[in-house]
Amino acid sequence: MKQTEAFRSKDLVSSLTARLAQAVTRPIKIMEVCGSHTMSIFHHGIRDLLPADMQLLSGPGCPVCVTPQGYIDSAIELARSQDVILASFGDMLRVPGTQSSLLKEKAAGHDIRVLYSPLDALEIAAATPARQVVFLGVGFETTAPVVAVTILDAAKRGLNNFSVFSAHKLVPPAMEALCADSGLQVDGFLCPGHVSTVIGLEPYRFLAEQHHKPAVIAGFEIVDILHALLLIAEMLRLDKPAAVNAYPRAVSDAGNPTAREILQRVFMPSDSVWRGLGLIRKSGLQIRPEFARFDAAVRFGLKETETQTPNGCSCGDILRGLKTPPQCPLYKKVCTPQTPMGACMVSSEGTCAAYYKYIVD
Amino acid sequence: MDVVSLAHGSGGSLTGALINDLFRRHFENPYLTEAHDAARLPILSGKTAFTTDSYVISPLQFPGGNIGKLAVCGTVNDLAMSGARPLYLSCGFIIEDGLPLSLLETIVRSMADAAREAGVLVVTGDTKVVNRGAADKLFINTAGIGEIPPGIDICGSNATPGDVVIVSGSLGDHGATILLEREQLGLAANLASDCGPLGGLVAAMLSVCPQIRVLRDPTRGGLATALNEIASQSRVGIELDEASIPIKPAVRGVCEMLGLDPLYLANEGKLAAIVPAEMAEQILAAMKNHVYGKEAAIIGRVLAQPVGRLFMRTPYGSRRILDVMVSDPLPRIC
Repeated sequence: MKQTEAFRSKDLVSSLTARLAQAVTRPIKIMEVCGSHTMSIFHHGIRDLLPADMQLLSGPGCPVCVTPQGYIDSAIELARSQDVILASFGDMLRVPGTQSSLLKEKAAGHDIRVLYSPLDALEIAAATPARQVVFLGVGFETTAPVVAVTILDAAKRGLNNFSVFSAHKLVPPAMEALCADSGLQVDGFLCPGHVSTVIGLEPYRFLAEQHHKPAVIAGFEIVDILHALLLIAEMLRLDKPAAVNAYPRAVSDAGNPTAREILQRVFMPSDSVWRGLGLIRKSGLQIRPEFARFDAAVRFGLKETETQTPNGCSCGDILRGLKTPPQCPLYKKVCTPQTPMGACMVSSEGTCAAYYKYIVD
Repeated sequence: MDVVSLAHGSGGSLTGALINDLFRRHFENPYLTEAHDAARLPILSGKTAFTTDSYVISPLQFPGGNIGKLAVCGTVNDLAMSGARPLYLSCGFIIEDGLPLSLLETIVRSMADAAREAGVLVVTGDTKVVNRGAADKLFINTAGIGEIPPGIDICGSNATPGDVVIVSGSLGDHGATILLEREQLGLAANLASDCGPLGGLVAAMLSVCPQIRVLRDPTRGGLATALNEIASQSRVGIELDEASIPIKPAVRGVCEMLGLDPLYLANEGKLAAIVPAEMAEQILAAMKNHVYGKEAAIIGRVLAQPVGRLFMRTPYGSRRILDVMVSDPLPRIC
């Protein structure tokens, strides 16, 4: 905690905001890709502290938000079958499918359990050999290695009633897809801190080299974020974009090769649908054929069906940074945290949910 | 091991034994000892406060208390939040067949201890035993009666612009404790529930300032939900100063790890008070002199605008909304 306090220092915050005011010399838009950054930015009221010309946009970095409705529908179908125990991280439960949500299904008596670690699912599987335990594998490079370890562990323990329904996603391919979009109005990227502990700095270099956009890995405290924004603003002012690791106390430039090795042993890249963005090539993680018996999609013949975006929903534009939530016709009218219509309202990390929760109107 | 069985709830001799040997022995007082179908109580003068609550907490025992202590303190605190002096409690037990008698006795003993500390008498009660699976080990309902002293008018709609917000101590202790116990997260945190009766603290506050506007014990939904309710009922805005809100480092740590906000976690021995600004320092001093108010702090103020909204002023001068809780806080993926 002591160490964290230094990154919440009022003095540092005021000197950083003063320097930001100097560094921002033209209107600039910076996208924070990670949902935890979005949360922290709103929690600390960081937008209030920035120069008027610096605008922050929230990108597709909340794993719950970008999980397509079709996946939720399949998960619900699974939960309804008698011999299945569905295990999930907590914030997946409120996400609406086309008809229902896992929270509603749980209330209806189906066996859905909230876990803090996928490894807990193995204990459940070992304790209930007559039932199938399916873990909802949702998350980015941060969580996927733990799920991979869980699968390896299940193999070692010879568990035959455990599987993972993988909707894992990879961050760099999504950033690449965003950059390929000619309409993108983003001058620089605040890169995710947790994901980077695994993937390191290398995967962001293309942003500077090919797309001429600064990309800075940032931590989650207010000083971390302001410092990273200052680095981006300086690079833009000097027109010298680069990929920089501004979170060295947690992220090594090389990332975590062990985690990546485990990840690659169990998963392989696959095309994947992102709610609000559509299909992005090689942006998902699929369980390798040699671990097929732990793949719920194979075991239960599950398919992620394509689903229609609700009429009027602007999530795609919001995830691309083209619109802010108040510009969506559904925002706060029919789409609220209690009745989310689109991806960005469903998780507490989503841009619309964060706006709804924290912004004074 | 001796356990509670369906026969204990049959109305026969085992029921009598349970009542006499356990409940009556621990709750001993003249009204209960009369053993009528109803307790006969003197009529109170002035205004009476009357409330009820049911307790279904799992696990039954937790660091800092158990379901019994909670059942007494929770209802005593609801009475105290209306400015009442808590006097009498009723107590209904719904017991699942098979509950160890020793556990029941432990729970009843802490109820008696809490009642003694709070200065309330358990004057009437009821016991039912239900089949396995029909209840989760033990449910307790308590109802309470208290006397509101003349001149006291405490109500959620009384907050007035210019008033000051005080809390009696650190927030989120109970919620964080229960979360760790329930989820068996293997996090070693030196945490205990704050479960405690607040009648004495409220009496001490009222003795220096009978014009306290609002009192609330921020249980489920936490401080943020309680203050949102007050902001709506009083048609005012409320602004808090983040740096002044007491939160234990262990609670903050657990919350940061799990992606939760301590201001939405339950408290069972804390109160929030809205008081006239000119009396705030005196009330605060009286609170700090009381065992349940040692860490009391002034944390914010009531504004005229915007109506029905609760804000946080960060240490950096920025603001954010604190909204009402949608449903139980769910831990985040990352």
